Amino acid sequence: MSRLRFRRLRGDGPAALLFLAPSAAGFAVFYAIPFAMGLAYSFTDQTIHGSFAGLRNYEALLASGSFRKAAANSLLFTGAGVPLLIAVSLLLALLLNRQIWLRNVLQTAFVLPLVVPVASVVMIWQIFFDWNGTLNAWMHALHGGRTDWLKSDWSMDVLILMYLWKNIGYDMILFLAGLQSIPKDYYETALIEGAGRLRRLFHITLVYLTPTMFFVLLISIVNSFKVFRETYLLAGDYPYDRIYMLQHYMNNMFVNLDIQKLTAAAVLMVGCMIVLAAGLLTAERRFRDFTDS
Amino acid sequence: MNKLPLLPRLALTAALALLALVMAVPVVLTFTNSLMTEREIGDNYDLLGQMTNAAAGHKDDFVNLKLIPDWLSFGQYDEVLVQTPKFLHMYWNSAGMVAPIIAGQTAAASLAAYALSKLRFRGRDKLFMVYLMTMLMPFQVTLVPNYMVIERLGLMNSEAAIVLPGIFGAFGVFMLRQFMTGIPYTYMEAAKIDGAGHLTIFTRVILPLVKPGIAALTVLLFADYWNMVEQPLIFLQDAAKQPLSIYLAQINQDARGVGFAASVLYMTPMVLLFLYAESYFIEGIQLSGIKG
Repeated sequence: MSRLRFRRLRGDGPAALLFLAPSAAGFAVFYAIPFAMGLAYSFTDQTIHGSFAGLRNYEALLASGSFRKAAANSLLFTGAGVPLLIAVSLLLALLLNRQIWLRNVLQTAFVLPLVVPVASVVMIWQIFFDWNGTLNAWMHALHGGRTDWLKSDWSMDVLILMYLWKNIGYDMILFLAGLQSIPKDYYETALIEGAGRLRRLFHITLVYLTPTMFFVLLISIVNSFKVFRETYLLAGDYPYDRIYMLQHYMNNMFVNLDIQKLTAAAVLMVGCMIVLAAGLLTAERRFRDFTDS
Repeated sequence: MNKLPLLPRLALTAALALLALVMAVPVVLTFTNSLMTEREIGDNYDLLGQMTNAAAGHKDDFVNLKLIPDWLSFGQYDEVLVQTPKFLHMYWNSAGMVAPIIAGQTAAASLAAYALSKLRFRGRDKLFMVYLMTMLMPFQVTLVPNYMVIERLGLMNSEAAIVLPGIFGAFGVFMLRQFMTGIPYTYMEAAKIDGAGHLTIFTRVILPLVKPGIAALTVLLFADYWNMVEQPLIFLQDAAKQPLSIYLAQINQDARGVGFAASVLYMTPMVLLFLYAESYFIEGIQLSGIKG
């Protein structure tokens, strides 16, 4: 059986090679080879004619205060933003999946921010969150204190808010599709057996939404890195400490020509992503075995 | 879909509509502010970026985010479109980079996605994992070596330094592969029995079915690259080659008056494309997300 399968697997090899060639060639030149080079640089003491430096770059990196700050901020942003985004958009999808009016109009309105370029609404964010901005005017009217939202510990919350604003629509659409692909008779059977609302949510909806959840999770993580644009356009190269992200750190290392630290940081980041992705895929496989049996 | 009685249905619709309105506010404000006179903009937002002391309790110490202009004016548009030739030039720069990226990535990615979803060969899943991992990487991860590769290819400070890596971005491969995985093998088998080769199956069977996926990818790539910030900052030193996204950030700081009109013009193609392709876009995104 396994030999037969093996032969079948090799069967499309030549055709696959042709189909993959354009993408794989460009991919190798612009991503794979650069990454391998980066990996090599991270172990040398200088980029050109460097000699092997062992783990010294990594030690220096981990000892650097600004790296630790940036890594902690990025971790906090993704760690808080992604689950929050998923929860809110799932809730929205569940609500939109009921019989309501204006369904299509609402859906369009929620997705619209996804296609609005960051640079074109940045000015509104600035006006809203500025020291003299609208939010402070409201706080003042309510006799609250004045805060410089983007230059205080609130800045992280502001960023998370922007991330939610932009990505809710995308995740919501994905969840809606997932919801609609769950067969209706599962719910009917559950109803006949007397399952309550929560039971149906946890034992049917969330279980059969799991494959969608993996996809949403991946996309949301990818999009959480793009928040760098908002931060950059709002606050430049060196924003307030709380929103100084890994990307800022890496960009600044690049500008300062500290290539070794930058590549070491890149390798560490890739390492984390591999662990995360591998964990996710294992979980997905387990889940599939579980639902198949 | 659950049946809802009238009252809860009304309340739910109203609540969701309110949320949708709040979400639309930044876009609406940008638009209405673009129709104000420069003077009004100046009056409203002069205090931005200054640390004035509000302790004295002057209400006027706050800027006034205004919804309705006092006077309708197209002065900002005139300023941007007629008086500032640079703006249209930057617009053209953006379009000149984004169009080839979309065309190229869609073509290269749909071919690769076919192999990764419909052909059987050794190492297929591992290769897909590599694409997936690359998609998860922020731009900065391959920044240095990428810089060197581009320098060695003699592409520094040219649009190609942005376009070529863009064409081979992994997102298209990932998304179209997800989409194609959902297409049943039976469709292909019928064509195979008729003696079709893979190229025919790809062009005649798969591609027509993947249209919504390609539409969705086009909109997403457009939104992403129309918006690019990191790549041009690093690879284009020449200010005249910068795309609109970078230029707009400068306008917003130097001349707030025209910033709004520039912003509206900047988001218009994106929003129009989205509204035009919306049903395809939604369908495409949905079909790529269901199958794991």
